[in-house]
Amino acid sequence: MKIVSIAFRYLWSRPLAAALNLLLLSLGLASITFVLLTAEQMDRAFERDLAGIDLVVGAKGSPMQLILAGVFHIDVPPGNIPLEAVQELANNPQVARLIPVSLGDTFKGFRIVGTTHAYPAHYGAAVAGGALWTQPMQAAVGAQVARSTGLVAGSSFIGSHGLGGTGDAHGDTPYQVTGVLAPCGCVLDRLILTATESVWQVHEKATALDEEDRKIMEAEREVTLALITYKSPLAAVSLPRFINTTTEMQSAAPAIEITRLLRMVGVGTDVLRGFGAVLLLTAGLSVFIALWNAVRERRADLAMLRMLGASPQKVAGLVLCEALLLALLATGLGLLLGHALTGLIGYWLQSERSLALTGWIWLPSEWWVPAIGVGVATLAALLPALGAYRLDVTTLLNSR
Amino acid sequence: MIQTLQLAYCYAGSHNGTKLAFPDIHVPQGGVLLLRGPSGSGKSTWLALAAGLLRATSGQISVAGQDLNALKKVATDAWRARAIGFLPQKLHLSEALTVAGNLAMAQWAAGVPDDPRLVGSVLAELGLEGLAQRKPSQLSGGQAQRVALARAVLLSPQVILADEPTASLDDAAAQAALQLLQACARRCGATLVIATHDARVARALPQAVECHFESKKSILPTSCIDSLL
Repeated sequence: MKIVSIAFRYLWSRPLAAALNLLLLSLGLASITFVLLTAEQMDRAFERDLAGIDLVVGAKGSPMQLILAGVFHIDVPPGNIPLEAVQELANNPQVARLIPVSLGDTFKGFRIVGTTHAYPAHYGAAVAGGALWTQPMQAAVGAQVARSTGLVAGSSFIGSHGLGGTGDAHGDTPYQVTGVLAPCGCVLDRLILTATESVWQVHEKATALDEEDRKIMEAEREVTLALITYKSPLAAVSLPRFINTTTEMQSAAPAIEITRLLRMVGVGTDVLRGFGAVLLLTAGLSVFIALWNAVRERRADLAMLRMLGASPQKVAGLVLCEALLLALLATGLGLLLGHALTGLIGYWLQSERSLALTGWIWLPSEWWVPAIGVGVATLAALLPALGAYRLDVTTLLNSR
Repeated sequence: MIQTLQLAYCYAGSHNGTKLAFPDIHVPQGGVLLLRGPSGSGKSTWLALAAGLLRATSGQISVAGQDLNALKKVATDAWRARAIGFLPQKLHLSEALTVAGNLAMAQWAAGVPDDPRLVGSVLAELGLEGLAQRKPSQLSGGQAQRVALARAVLLSPQVILADEPTASLDDAAAQAALQLLQACARRCGATLVIATHDARVARALPQAVECHFESKKSILPTSCIDSLL
C-alpha cells in the first residue's frame, strides 16, 4: 500500500469535510487563475492594438472614450472632426503617418470602419482570401467577422446605421466583400474595413435632401478620428498641446489613457485577487482545522502506526500527504474552474463584439496556481504534521 | 528471548519522582510471559520499554536478542517493525480502511513491500478470508480482535505483546482468544507477553513466566515467579 493510497482513504473517510475543504481551496485557486488569465490577456490585447499608435485625434470629449472607440472599438466616439483639419494635420512635419478612421455603421454588430490600406498594414494584417478593397463600397472583413457572419469574398451585405446595431439598414448602398483577412489576434479580427469614401457615400446618399444638399455635405466631409505615429519622440512634447490649444480637435495619448484604464481595471483585478486570497486563507484555515481535528481523532491510529514500526517522519508525512493530495485535487479543479469561467466570459464578450478572451490557453504565470495551492496546504498541515510527529505512542498502551 | 536486569524507569512531568523498578526477567524464545497487576501498576510501562517506545532510566533490557539500551533511537522503529507484534486492548483498526487495507497499512508502516498474498494467507489462517473487504465497523468483537491479531503476526515477529487480550470477553471467548494467541505465537516461534489483570489467563497458561506488578505507590513489584526456569 502506498502512502498516497492511505492518505486518500483517510481524506475521504470524512467526505463532507474533505469536500468542503476541496471546494474552498478550489474556489480560491479558481479566482487566482481567472485573474491571471484575464489580466494577462487584456494587457496583451491592449499592447497589441496600441502598437505604434502614438496619438489619437478626434472630437473634443473624453480622451479615454476616444481611445476606446478609435483603437479598441469598444466604445462610441465622442463625435466627428473635419476632413480638412485632418489633412492639414497629416502635413504637419511632426507626423510620420496618419490613418483616418470613420465610424458610423455596423453589420450584425461588427463595426464598418472607413479607412485606408495603411490601417491593416499598420497591424501587419494578411489577406486570407480575396483582396483588400480597391474602390468605395468594397470591403475586407476580419477573421472573426467572417466566421460569425459567413461573409466570404464575393458576398455582399447591407450595413445598419449607428454603432449599436439597431439602426436603419442602408438598403440602397450594399457593400461587396472583396477579401477576408487572416486572423491577427488583434482588433482587426472583429472589424469590417472599407474605404473612407464608402462611409461618406452611404451617409450622403441616405441623408442628402437633394443634389445641392449632397454637394454641401461633400464640401464639409468629416472623419471620426485619426491615428497618428510621430516622426520623432520629441513630437510627444508639442504636438498634443498644439492640437488641443489651436484646433477644435482633441488629442489623446493612448499610453497615458491605457495606464489610467489599467489602473481602474486593476482595482477590479486587485479586488478579485484579494477575494481569492481571502478564500485561500479561509481554505488554509479550514484545512488546518480539519487536519488538526483529524490528527486528534486519529491519535490512536497514528500511534498504532508508530507501534507497527512507522517512524515519526513517516507518520507526519502521512498527514502532510493528505493535505498535499487535497491541494493537488483543488489545483486541478481550480484551474479547470478558472479556465471555464474565463472561457465563458470570453464567449459572452465575443457575442458583444468586444475584447477577445479565451480559456483555451496556458500562461506560464499559471504555474503559480499549483505552487500557491501546495504552499497553502503545506502551511496548513505543518502544525498537525508536527503534532503527529510528536505523538506520544505510550498513550496507545494506556487507552482502554 | 526477553531478559531484563535491574530495569527501572523514572517518569518525568506529571509523574515526576515516580520511579518504577521492575524485577529481573528471563523468558526464552518461544516462551510465555504474564505481566499481572492492577491498573496503573506499571504493566503498560514495561510493554513500552520492551517495544523500545521508552528508554530505561537504568538497568538492562534485551528483547529478541537486541540490547535495547544499545539500540540507536533512529533504528528503533525499524527494529520494532521487524521484531514486535502488538495486540492492544483497544484494537485501533482504522475505519478508513478495509480489513485487508489495515493489514496492508501494517506492511507500509513497517516499510516492507506490499504483499497482498501474505495478507490473504494470514487472514485465511485466522478464518477471516471472507471478511477482507469489510470495514472494521462491520465486524463482530471477536472478528475484530482476530483482525488485530492478524495485523500483529503479519510480519512474523519474534515477540508478541498483548495488552489485556481477554478484557470484556466471556469465558469461552477468552479461552478461544488465548488459544489463538498461543497458536499464532507458536507459528512465528515468537515469545508471547501478555499484560493482564485477568486471573483466567494465568489459569489457562500454566506454563507461563508470571510477573506480579503492584500499584505505583509501592513502586517496587513484589514478585516474579519464573515457572519455566
